[in-house]
This record gives sequence, C-alpha cells and structure tokens, in this order.
Amino acid sequence: MSLLEIENLTVEFPTRRKTFVAVKDAHLTVEPGQIHGLVGESGAGKSTIGAAVMGLLERPGRIAGGLIRFRGEEISGLDAEAMQALRGKKISMIFQDPLTSLNPLFTVKQQLVETIRAHLDLSEDAAETRAVELIERVGIPNPQERVNQYPHQFSGGMRQRVVIALALCSEPDVIIADEPTTALDVSIQAQILDLIKELARERQVGVILITHDMGVIADTTDKVTVMYQGEVVESGATADVLGRPQHPYTKSLIAAVPRPTIKLARFPLISYGGRVTEFHIEDLARSWPTDASERGKPLIEADGITKTFLSKGAILPSRRQYFTAVDQARFEIRQGEVFGLVGESGSGKSTIARMIAGLYPVDGGAVRYRGQDVTAGKSGVPDWYRREIQMIFQDPYSSLNPRMRVDSIVAEPARHHGILSGPALKARVDELLDRVGLGAEAGLKYPHEFSGGQRQRISIARALATQPKFLICDEPTSALDVSIQAQILNILKDLQEHLNLTMLFISHDLPVVRQMCDRVGVMKDGQLVEVAETETLFSAPQHPYTQHLLSLMPRLDGLSNEGLNVA
Amino acid sequence: MTDNSNTVQAERARSRIAMAWDSDVAHSFRRSPVALLSSTVVLLLVLSAIFAPLIAPHDPFNPATLNLMNGFTPPGEANMFTGDSFLLGTDDQGRDVFSTILYGLRISLFVGFAAVALALVIGVTLGLIAGYVGGLTETIIMRVADVQLTFPAILVAMLIFGIAKGITPPEYRDQMAIWVLILAIGLSDWVQFARVVRGATLVERSKEYVQAARLIGRSSFAIMLRHILPNVLSPVLVIATISLALAIIAEATLSFLGVGAPPTEPSLGTLIRIGQGFLFSGEWWILFFPALTLLALALSVNLLGDWLRDALNPRLR
Repeated sequence: MSLLEIENLTVEFPTRRKTFVAVKDAHLTVEPGQIHGLVGESGAGKSTIGAAVMGLLERPGRIAGGLIRFRGEEISGLDAEAMQALRGKKISMIFQDPLTSLNPLFTVKQQLVETIRAHLDLSEDAAETRAVELIERVGIPNPQERVNQYPHQFSGGMRQRVVIALALCSEPDVIIADEPTTALDVSIQAQILDLIKELARERQVGVILITHDMGVIADTTDKVTVMYQGEVVESGATADVLGRPQHPYTKSLIAAVPRPTIKLARFPLISYGGRVTEFHIEDLARSWPTDASERGKPLIEADGITKTFLSKGAILPSRRQYFTAVDQARFEIRQGEVFGLVGESGSGKSTIARMIAGLYPVDGGAVRYRGQDVTAGKSGVPDWYRREIQMIFQDPYSSLNPRMRVDSIVAEPARHHGILSGPALKARVDELLDRVGLGAEAGLKYPHEFSGGQRQRISIARALATQPKFLICDEPTSALDVSIQAQILNILKDLQEHLNLTMLFISHDLPVVRQMCDRVGVMKDGQLVEVAETETLFSAPQHPYTQHLLSLMPRLDGLSNEGLNVA
Repeated sequence: MTDNSNTVQAERARSRIAMAWDSDVAHSFRRSPVALLSSTVVLLLVLSAIFAPLIAPHDPFNPATLNLMNGFTPPGEANMFTGDSFLLGTDDQGRDVFSTILYGLRISLFVGFAAVALALVIGVTLGLIAGYVGGLTETIIMRVADVQLTFPAILVAMLIFGIAKGITPPEYRDQMAIWVLILAIGLSDWVQFARVVRGATLVERSKEYVQAARLIGRSSFAIMLRHILPNVLSPVLVIATISLALAIIAEATLSFLGVGAPPTEPSLGTLIRIGQGFLFSGEWWILFFPALTLLALALSVNLLGDWLRDALNPRLR
C-alpha cells in the first residue's frame, strides 16, 4: 500500500464558455521517504494536482473523476470539514512565495506554536520547545533568538526555511512542495533542496515536488512524472526518464534544457504538439547594413560606471543614506560578440544594462560607444546613440503596451526616430513580424492575444525596427518555459550570426549563459569580480565567488543527449 | 494586397463588436437587473432632456404662451377657469410642470456632465504628472489635493460663486450662472480623479513597456499621453460615473440654496426651491415631481457606477 495514490484523476474548470480540463486521467503514487517530482511547462496541470490533493482547488474547479487515496483510504470525496482535519495534519504544503505564506504580524514562534498546538496535543511550553527544535532542524542559526523575530527580519531563503518548519509542525506524512525554490537564488535553492531531501529520508515523509526546472528534478527526485497539457505522458525512476526518455514530448523537453557542460550550435526545435514556429532571421540580412570588418574592436566601453540609489531620504543632505548598486564597473563589449553578465538577484546586472541603455544616468564613470562618451550630456544619452541600441526586456507580459496594436508597437521606435514612415514603415513592420515567425497579420492584433513566447518575438521585432547595432537582453527568457526559451535563444543566436549584432546578455542562469555568450562578467554585490572568455570561465574560474556559483550549478549529467546539435 | 488587408481589417472590426458583446463586462451587464434598469432610466432621462423641445407640450420660458389663469392646476385635472389640463399640473405662474422638468433636466445634466468633464481633465492631468514625474512636483500637487479635501465641496463652490458674482456685471449674471456652477463643481471634484490616476500611474510607470518607450527616447509628454493614459482609464470611468451623480446633486443643492441656476433658466434644484414654498399650502406637485426626477436620475447614475466598479474589478468576479 502506497502512502498516497492518485488514480485517473480528472479536474475540470467549468467556465461560461467551455469546460477547461486542467488534469486528465492522471496517475501518481508516493511512497514514504520518497521524493516524487512533477514536471511540466506552464499550463501542464502540475499545480492543479497538488491543489486537488490538498482539497484547495480554486472555484469553479472540481474533481470530475478518479480517486485520491491516502494510506489506502479515499480522500477525494471527503467533505470540507473532514478535509480540513487531514490538510495540514497529515498532508502539508510549501508554497512558492515564502513572503506571502507567513503572517507578517506574528513572530515566527507564535506562528509555529499556533500550528503545533492546532495539530498536536502539547502544552504551550512543550510547543515552544518544539518550535525551537524545528527552527534548529531547518538550519536557522541562533534558533533561540531568531524564533522571536518577525518574518520580515528573515532573508528570502531563511523565510522559506521557516515555511518548511511550519509544514513540519504537524509531523505530516506527505508534503506537497509547489515550486519551493523558484523565487530563490541558486545558492539558496541548493540549500533548500538539500534540506527537503534530508527531511524526507529522516522522517520518512513522502514529498511531491512540483517544478518546471529539470535541474531540480535531476538533483532532487527519486521518481518523476512528466505532464503535458493536463496529461501524464511519462512516469518512472528519475534516472530512467531523464536518461532514456520514451515519449516524444519528454524527449523534446529534455533536449531543450540548456546544458552546463556541452555548448550547442543551436537548440533543437521542439517537435511535439505541432508547436514548431519557423523564423527566418537570415532573410533580414539582405537589407541589413552590416560591416564585419570592425569585428573584434570595442563597441561599448564601460569605464568605471557607478550607480547609487537613495536608500533613506532626508531633508538634510548629510543625513541621507545611499546604496551603491554598481561600484565602478569596468569592461568592454567587442563588436559582434555576445557579452554575458551573471550574478544573483540584487547584484547590479540590470542596473548596468539600464545605465548603458540610458535609462539611468551614471553617477560616476562613463559609457563610451565607438569611443564617444554617450553619458556626458545633461539630458540623457544622445538620439543617434538611441538609434543604435535596443533592448529586450524580461517580462513579456509587461513589456508591451496592452492598449496598443502590435503594428504600432513594432513601428514606434522607427517612427519616433523618423527613420521610416508611411508604406515603407508598414513594409518594415510586416517583414519583421514575418521573419520572427508571427506573420504580418499579427500586426492587427493586440498583445493579450499572444502567448508569452510570441510576445517576446514581438519585443524582438520592435528591437530590430531601427536596425540597431547593439542589443541589450535583460533576462530575456527567464519568464518563459524551457521549450519557448530554446526558440527565443535560437532567434538571438541568429541575430548575432546573420545580422552581426553585438549583444549584452544578462542572466542568472549559468547554462544559458554558456550557450549564448562569448565572454562573461560575474557580478557580486555591485562589483564586477571576474571577466573571462566563456569557456575559460567555465573550465577554470579564477575568483572564489565564480567557483562557488559554478559549484552550485546543476550538472545535468544524467540527461539524455539525444537530438542535440553539439557545437 | 490592400484589398486583402482591408477585408482582414473589416473582419477584425466585426469580430471586435462580437468580442465586446461577448466580453465579461457585457455579460455581467446583461445579467444584472440593477444595471439594466438603471441604464434604462438614465438613457430615458438623457434622451428626454436632449429632445425636450420636441417632447415638451409647452415652452415654459416663452411668456407669450403662459396664462396666469392656469396657475396651480393640479396634475391631471382641468383648470377651473380655462379648462386646460396638464399631465403633472402647473406652478404658480401657470407653467406646465412636466415641461419645466424636461428643461430643468437639460440644465442639470449639462451642468453635471460639463462639471465632471472639467474635474476629469484637471484631475487626470495632475494625477498623471504627479505619478509620472514624482519628486517635488508630486508632493506639491498631492498636498494641494489634500488641502482641497479639507474644504467641503459646497463651501468651495459657494466661494467661487461669490467671487464670480462680485466680478461679473449684473446684466450678465444670469447668463454666467451656469458656467460659474460648472466651474465651481468641477474645481471641487478633481481630487478623486487625481488620486486614483496618480496611483494607477505609479503602477504603470514601473512596467517595462514604459521603459521601452523611454529607451527609444520618447518625451515624457508622449509617454504619459500615448502609453500611460490609455492604461489608467478604466478606474477613471468608474469615478466619472459616480462623480456625475454627485455633481448633479451638488448642482441641485447650490440651486436650491439660491446660488445656482436662476429662476429664468431653472434646473431641477431651482424647481425644487420654487416648489418647496408651496408644499404646505397644498400644491405638492410643484415640488414632488422635480424632486422625484432628481432622485431617479441620481440614484440610477450611482447604481450604474457601482455596478461598473464591480464589473471592472476582476477580483469581485
């Protein structure tokens, strides 16, 4: 008898227009002490399974068929009251965002004691002792003191530890962890995953780990279930599924994962579910003014650029406090290369991008473009420079004005700079939309009619409208699914190859950086600690922080290499 | 090619109407009895105000058509001297109450719409500037707004009215009255617009599409107008609707107090003021019907605004 069995589970969301089937005929079993990964792209139905087990389906969702059994006993048909007794006590949950799953008005101890006493028959004192033990167990230093602090006094990773302690309060048999490390930096992610692994072994808890990240699956789970559009496509021991995928979807998904160890010429196209979108960047090259002779010469020089932000305002200048986001960063970007910037959140990567783009004025140092200082002017960077650079943003849902039609969005840069107008502008817009694989008729629609990946193509089309020489990509794929990421990265590779574009590529994802960049700079707390050729950096990192970052990178050795186009 | 894209465009225009009909807001409208009823009432009142000259059986402002003998005719009864009969009766000067209501409605609605339009333009402009520019500009605008809120709207309106009365020559006073009303109500109503637009602008301004526009070097003015404004308009629509009801009531209040529309061009408020003198002498209809119209108008507009707020708020759906 398994700890948790899910059989033929179907979950539906009836809406006014049609019934949406979020999960269809899903099977899953969890054994004590085992971590079962549930992996898939957005909309695959992984979180819905977690919510169904917890009895926390959001209205109007309902279980339309199938069974959920806990220790052989059916729980899917239980009423709200019986479910509440089970939820939290025998099955508990860890959510993605540690900030919103803790109550900011209570100390950690109060929250833990309340939860412990709700589930276990303990006195106040015994519950407090237990709370301290739990805090110590999840690896928070000085548990005696820290337990009396409020959630805002903890960092993101420490907060997620508190959430895990909270989930352990009732001594549950099953823990459902829904993207528990997605909001955290790599170094913290590894620690949290190790903690979950240890706890599962030590307490014989069954864990369902819901994630979109193949690296997390490979490093953490014993078994894995792959989902695609509500259906389970493949299930088995993690090493088997990742090393010898059987289903075509699993194969294409694994092939799309950027590897830290092998550099690919191009990412394989996802060939499952008819989602291949053709794009033809090379066709743009015919009308693109390129000059390969300058290749290798410095295009952008950041000469000790510094940015400080006001962290505490005051009327008296002497009492104001500043925070240095970027401290004298010095590097150059050569023509035709992709220069990567990596670092954890808050390290100042995006601030550098914004200074180069002219969105933030520099507080010290200068940015030079082809030897000319573009940051010297009082009123921002000069217009001729703006024409030469463009940017692709992180969040495809906020980077396009929802009230503007796609053709005006793409046309705006060229129209603003007076490069093209009338029929010539329309022809350029149609051509760009066509070349990025959307088709000219996409111009007549509004952004909300497109998916995340398609929106990012619109962003790329907009960035190309002025025929820029230099492109800044600020985490261009971190909000996208891995298969969509592969397509967007291919487009960016084409831009460099066929149009000879120079790029600044910012990412926190080391495998992606290895695939994309020629040279890489590593940022830590506003300092540029190391700059090196990508291959050199990955094979022989010099700075201790770079070595630390690389050691945390998932190896992904167990993943099948089928269908990869190695460079 | 052009033909083709024209048909595509026409098709999209058609499907846009279909989409609007099928949208969640339209759906909630069709299913809400309150929304249907109140919008019917508002539409009926607005249309009858617009077409007042065609509908009204009498012209209450043409002394040549008035007969003092017709004064105080009760609703539906024949006058004892002339034998004329009036649907809602007549006032002391023999004016048909139904006709005066139609014309009064015109004034009330005109003042209401114009005052809201003024408040909207001032409030949205200042709110956008405060939210987008920030810093000292924002502090000054929002503190002015705070100060404005410490005065009751009626007080501000009476103040403006008093000043206007002092500086306009007496012979223009009646003509100016309507415009002064609009100015007075509009100036006391802009704060809500400014506050809501500032808040929404702060949210929009941090989005990446605004960064993208700044990157290509668009001016702050163009970004505010082309990019941010269209995205902050839905809460403005809700406030405008609710403000319309408030503006109509404010106009009625001022006119009732005698500082609004003059008796020669009476609004609903003026009619109520005239009517209240006769309430206790038995001629109830002179007060009752204008008051009922005002109530129906203000209530319907308010309910419509409430419904709109709920319908546009995805969290309440």
